[in-house]
Amino acid sequence: MTVRVLSHQEMNIDNEDDVVLVRRAVRTLAEARGFDSFAVSALTTAATELSRNVWVHARKGKAFIEEVTDGDRTGIQVEFVDQGPGIPDIEWSMAGGHSTAKSLGLGLSGSKRLVDAFHIESEPGKGTRVRITKWKRF
Amino acid sequence: MTVRGQIPILRIGSTLLASIQVELKDTTAQALQADMLSVLEKEGARGLVLDITGLDTVDTFVARVLTDTGRMARLMGTHTVLVGMRPEVAATLARMGFSMQGVHTALNVEEGLALLARLVGARPMPT
Ligand SMILES: Nc1ncnc2c1ncn2[C@@H]1O[C@H](COP(=O)(O)OP(=O)(O)OP(=O)(O)O)[C@@H](O)[C@H]1O
Ligand SMILES: [Mg+2]
Repeated sequence: MTVRVLSHQEMNIDNEDDVVLVRRAVRTLAEARGFDSFAVSALTTAATELSRNVWVHARKGKAFIEEVTDGDRTGIQVEFVDQGPGIPDIEWSMAGGHSTAKSLGLGLSGSKRLVDAFHIESEPGKGTRVRITKWKRF
Repeated sequence: MTVRGQIPILRIGSTLLASIQVELKDTTAQALQADMLSVLEKEGARGLVLDITGLDTVDTFVARVLTDTGRMARLMGTHTVLVGMRPEVAATLARMGFSMQGVHTALNVEEGLALLARLVGARPMPT
């Protein structure tokens, strides 16, 4: 499946307000493209959790918000990239209920359930990259 | 009516009604919790209605602040009802595996007040 990028915006995440700004940008795009309210909520919430992870765990990073198509469908893809501490055990962190910040640990596992595609790569000492995609239903 | 921070808190008889209209970032949510608890401490209330009709996104952080507020209020003798959660917000939180433990929920303010009246015998309207 080849995915073509239709539009692209890039946002910095280096303070708490940026988490709100990323959330707002994702919501605005999803609404403008006619996603239903459940899909808008799912994507926006996942984007909030992941940008908060950048801010809380890595202190700074970027969000790339893209409109994509695979020829048949259009969707929204958001990628979060940071050069923070990385995740030593992705499986553990993705299991749900695990947190190194004494929090709920529902951010990663919960986000994955809210989207159609979820991709994570991380290397300790190098950083973390998470990409989510939500396709529009007709 | 008291306005603490950005959240108006309205007293209706022995019940406090807080309508959250601002977009919450983490520190605002935490400030809201502190505000609610300090009003409860100073003024006391049998019931607390948290109206989140104005929130279009509720992530697990905000959801936890809300349920924690309810649990803490309960320790101070106050029942909390969370009202106005949009269907898509409820669906999103459920999908993430978040459960709204520690607070009652109702569809809207009116039903929230009715529920509180049943729970604590609080009169919905001042006489
Ligand atoms: N961008 C990141 N950089 C480094 N570690 C991360 C990153 N994102 C997640 N993690 C690690 O994965 C764990 C799980 O993340 P998750 O978002 O599920 O929970 P949390 O952020 O700890 O709590 P919350 O439920 O408040 O989101 C984190 O505790 C942290 O150790
Ligand atoms: Mg998190």
